[in-house]
Amino acid sequence: MSVTLTERAARHISNFIDKRGKGFGVRLGIKTSGCSGMAYKLEFVDQALDGDLVIDSHGVKIVIDQKSLVYLDGTELDYVREGLNEGFKFNNPNAKNQCGCGESFNV
Amino acid sequence: MSLLQIAEPGQSAAPHKHRLAIGIDLGTTNSLVATVRNGIAVCLTDEQGRALMPSVVHYRDGGGIELGFDAMNARVSDPRNTIVSVKRFMGRGLADVTHIEAMPYVFEGIPGMLRLRTVQGSKSPVEISAELLRALRERAEASLGGELTGAVVTVPAYFDDAQRQATRDAARLAGLHVLRLLNEPTAAAVAYGLDNASEGVYAVFDLGGGTFDLSILKLTRGVFEVLSTNGDTSLGGDDFDHRLYCWVLDNARIAPPSAEDARRLQMAARAVKELLTVSEETPFRLRLDSGEEVDLTVTRAAFFEMTRPLVQKTLTPVKRALRDARLSPRDIKGVVMVGGATRMPHIQRAVAEYFGQEPLTNLDPDKVVALGAAMQANALVGNRRENDHWLLLDVIPLSLGLETMGGLSEKIIPRNATLPVARAQEFTTFKDGQTAMSFHVVQGERELVADCRSLARFELRGIPPMAAGVARIRVIFQVDADGLLSVSARETSTGVEASIHVKPSYGLTDDEIAGMLRSSLEHAGDDLTARALREQQVEAERLLEACTQALAADGELLDEAERAAIDALIARLRQLAPGNDATALSDGIAALSRATESFATRRMNRALSTALTGHNIDEL
Repeated sequence: MSVTLTERAARHISNFIDKRGKGFGVRLGIKTSGCSGMAYKLEFVDQALDGDLVIDSHGVKIVIDQKSLVYLDGTELDYVREGLNEGFKFNNPNAKNQCGCGESFNV
Repeated sequence: MSLLQIAEPGQSAAPHKHRLAIGIDLGTTNSLVATVRNGIAVCLTDEQGRALMPSVVHYRDGGGIELGFDAMNARVSDPRNTIVSVKRFMGRGLADVTHIEAMPYVFEGIPGMLRLRTVQGSKSPVEISAELLRALRERAEASLGGELTGAVVTVPAYFDDAQRQATRDAARLAGLHVLRLLNEPTAAAVAYGLDNASEGVYAVFDLGGGTFDLSILKLTRGVFEVLSTNGDTSLGGDDFDHRLYCWVLDNARIAPPSAEDARRLQMAARAVKELLTVSEETPFRLRLDSGEEVDLTVTRAAFFEMTRPLVQKTLTPVKRALRDARLSPRDIKGVVMVGGATRMPHIQRAVAEYFGQEPLTNLDPDKVVALGAAMQANALVGNRRENDHWLLLDVIPLSLGLETMGGLSEKIIPRNATLPVARAQEFTTFKDGQTAMSFHVVQGERELVADCRSLARFELRGIPPMAAGVARIRVIFQVDADGLLSVSARETSTGVEASIHVKPSYGLTDDEIAGMLRSSLEHAGDDLTARALREQQVEAERLLEACTQALAADGELLDEAERAAIDALIARLRQLAPGNDATALSDGIAALSRATESFATRRMNRALSTALTGHNIDEL
């Protein structure tokens, strides 16, 4: 079971952590809410917790809890630019349908 | 579809609940918008990757608006309908704008606020600024992929109530929720993370295109306080261009240039100035429309030499601001540089020499204000990191007060008081049976109201009739965190109340504020004399009023000789009152008081016996 970052996403994350001045890695997770049932969570991590899985991808540590991993297995996190907007995008093979906003999904 | 940003631990927002906040630097020449993304403040760019948006609005014949870079060409082709530097008109009356005759606009002088007549009808500065703000809002929404929760908009520390209110109105009109108006220097300090730095006093040196501002900020336990501000509203990077332009005219041996050639020479001067920041010497070459050719070499040393007086000129407001804050250059822990003109090496050197330390220059001086505003906005909508809870405090630039009898200004909130602030003072009635009181709110440092700026007037009615000096009227002045003033007055025994919010009415230019401050220092002595005289005049008037009433009521208590003596003294005091000899007036008051002393005693005795007659001792 695994999740990965694209090289571009990894480069941006390590840049953001540098500028932030501290941080162990980035947490990927899901929570239940949103218009399609589940929502992605993307946060800086200062400390991994018990039960967290830590995955190294292009030199960036991804921290993920066991429950979220079930829903995120095989996900690739990308950093994209769409017009003036730029940010992270979850490419999740488990998601059956997504809300048009891209922030929530169901399996 | 929205893209995700990395949140602080535990701060992930629920879908569609992102709190998007922006900071806007609404500048005279250029405006910017910034936000905090993935924990870092960044300026948002347009499709071409440009962060700056020229503060230019072009109202096109036949409808439609061009903004920013798109409107730049229209400055020459359609100057009447192309509004530049609208910030100078915010919250201003027609009479407040200097060099109005040199501007290509058609002004409409509605009392209080000016308006500009364009091909699309009459436009207020608020509406024009709102167009700029709307464009920045749209850029931010396209960049952030959602609706904005709120915005922090920066204003010069010198902006008065009317100008702040106008800025706020413009933002509202542009569909922005204004979280806070923030002083530009304070925003710059925030951008440099001084709020996380150790405690101390910092200076912000802001040399823009046409204005110079210096602010002294104090940081204690994460709280920012603006200790003092000073500046020069007619000193900026443009003056350096102009000095170089004059030097070229002197040295190139060309005929006086046409308007078009002059414009091209000025633009070339600006480009050469910018090049001299990085190179030791630069050619100044230009073929003029007149056929003449300019071919000169400008060395950095020559440029520094010709602009040395301008650099020196920046130090005067620096010294004044330090003096206002009662500090010396040694007390300053760091100096923040803001504004494109601070890129010039000799400015940086002069600042370093004066303060005895290298100024902070590692952030882009054009963007630093917008970045700080974005950080403040981010904190205000609640996206703050743990342990981050700073609060910003600013000061009022000019004292606020009330007019009292005799046209004197009674200062309620002194200049440089930190915001928000509330001060109360008690006043009383001047005449017996007075049932209403009129309040005149003024701003300025001078002792006489005539020399201060009038902000607002209101009346308190329904005061119960009482003897003069008995009623207690409590007046409260409140200035909120945005620097907006409200004044209320309340008669304490009955609770009748009246209040006013100071709305944009009349404006003062920064020049006038600076001028008012200067004149208050220059006229400190005269003002004191004038105040002393007015106080004597008010006292004389009060005494004459009291005597006249007493004579009418109990005149028969005096014999003819006594009455004649008092009448003579009254006549003499009446004569002295309008004069300007404070000493003679004071003597006249003393003489009349002395002469009426025994009369006052007799009146008292009569009042007492009237009160006692017909009562036995038990009743009392």
